[in-house]
Amino acid sequence: MKFGVVTFPGSNGDYDSYAAVRFAMKEKVEFLWHKSEDLQGCDAVILPGGFAHGDYLRAGAIARFSPIMKQVIKFARSGGIVIGFCNGFQVLTESGLLPGALLRNNHLRFNSKFIYIRVERTDTPFTRVCRKGEVLRIPIAHGEGNYYNFDDDVRKLEENGQVLFRYVDASGKASTEANPNGSVDNIAGIISAEGNVLGMMPHPERAVEDIIGSSDGLKVFESVLNYCTSPKTVGRL
Amino acid sequence: MTSTAKTKKLIVYVRLKDGVLDPQGVTIQKALGQMGYPDFVSVRSGKFFELEIDADAPDIDRQVNEVCAKLLANPVIERFSVEKG
Repeated sequence: MKFGVVTFPGSNGDYDSYAAVRFAMKEKVEFLWHKSEDLQGCDAVILPGGFAHGDYLRAGAIARFSPIMKQVIKFARSGGIVIGFCNGFQVLTESGLLPGALLRNNHLRFNSKFIYIRVERTDTPFTRVCRKGEVLRIPIAHGEGNYYNFDDDVRKLEENGQVLFRYVDASGKASTEANPNGSVDNIAGIISAEGNVLGMMPHPERAVEDIIGSSDGLKVFESVLNYCTSPKTVGRL
Repeated sequence: MTSTAKTKKLIVYVRLKDGVLDPQGVTIQKALGQMGYPDFVSVRSGKFFELEIDADAPDIDRQVNEVCAKLLANPVIERFSVEKG
């Protein structure tokens, strides 16, 4: 399969995502320039971390109008696998591909550290090689990762099972202390109602080898590979 | 705007919706308390934009409302208002 990694001006996680696919996964991967309108036949598209367009106005607000985003939105609407890490998650909410918004961290500090997230579902293209309730050790690096949505919409997300990852402590318990940014319900990552779009603030692409602190992030990539290459599930979720 | 064409000035205010946490506002309010101004019980931060548009442009109200809803404000968390400058 082939992954595509979008590069916006100001992306800084594009090479991390590229390296995760190419060197850790040994799969094909292409960079997709923000001004291009060609997804180059990629089976899954990654919107990387960083500060697209300097985060001017609001994180992700300008990037969503990039030419490549027209194609990414079309691809997502037709069931294609789209993943946003960190700034990519912000671009996805601004684009309307995922509900809600990401506010400034409640303590106003930029947070760069390893945290723990719990896998809430394993029947998704992003977590199929995980165990239910599995705790992953993954780094975060953001100043605006405070997931916000109105109470009714959060309830809907929870009822639909769209909360895929939650901030927890090492034992897997969700608590205020384990929440690094104030996100409602300790939400670290959500999927679209159709299940083919994932947005998450943590960086699995920066946890793909033990030598850099953790290889837990590989599971997200392995799940997508498994999903995209399994003939039984291609075309449906 | 350097052109000689007549323009109209518009001021757009973007505020967080009620109930949306504003960590910056909270921090400023706390700072005021520490500076000896304990009477300010709440601070909400926001943004404003000065726009200039060709005075002869068609549907100015519609255009400005569109750019506010599409770009200047995120309707999920923010509301906007437009004032004629």
